[in-house]
Amino acid sequence: MKRDAKSMIEPISNEKRRRQAKSSLDEARLRQQAIGVKLRQMFDDVVSEPVPDEFLDILRRADAKSGSGEG
Amino acid sequence: MAGEKPAYGAPKPASSDDARFKGELVALIPHLRAFARTLAGDPAAADDLAQDALVKAWDARASYQMGTNMKAWTFMILRNQFYSERRRSWRQTQLDQEAAERTLVAIDDPSSPLALDELRLGLGMLPAEQREALILVGAGGFAYEEAADICGCAVGTVKSRVSRARRALQSILDDGSYDRDGLSASDAMRSIMADAERLSTPR
Repeated sequence: MKRDAKSMIEPISNEKRRRQAKSSLDEARLRQQAIGVKLRQMFDDVVSEPVPDEFLDILRRADAKSGSGEG
Repeated sequence: MAGEKPAYGAPKPASSDDARFKGELVALIPHLRAFARTLAGDPAAADDLAQDALVKAWDARASYQMGTNMKAWTFMILRNQFYSERRRSWRQTQLDQEAAERTLVAIDDPSSPLALDELRLGLGMLPAEQREALILVGAGGFAYEEAADICGCAVGTVKSRVSRARRALQSILDDGSYDRDGLSASDAMRSIMADAERLSTPR
């Protein structure tokens, strides 16, 4: 992005103000998209981890307990 | 004799419903782990939480309506489990605080350029209800209505939490705080932008 704010002092026209508002809106939208992508990545990173055996063991034990009435 | 409840102590044959339920539950384990990680932070504590939720879900399978949204149902169980444990243990909050401080130190280290860490830290600075709303909708793939069911609040509440969370997170990542006077993006935001751009390009 090019900024030449230092180069001259001039009254800011409505048109310019509108363009500035639009570009800052676009930028905000881009940032939100970037955050969204990273947020999903953070979540999906864990989703794609292999499930530790403990989890299946625990479910197997719970299943055996309720299924066979053992204990 | 054809009562709905099995006689006390009698072996209950594994029904096909149970088998189907179990299959769906197993498929959800990775998602439960991911959600638990966002709530509990510490991976080991998160896995404990996810395992507790798994057993709770299994024990409550009779109350689950087959064909409804099992992911939302299990997330709700996990979330309830998290908050009821948290109420019981005041020490947990202290541990969280220590973990957050350690993370902060790690981020000050210039040899730790991972934008994900900064996102995690930023998330950690949000109020819990905003964080979970943003995660459910923004990462978990839930509709606002489903997230509202999971959190036990109104749809409008979820919407406003998500939008406040987004604004706050952006502001945190830009300035490293809630202060909004900095105009230029911080290194954290820049690296997130660069990384996200790379990730979102079609593969």
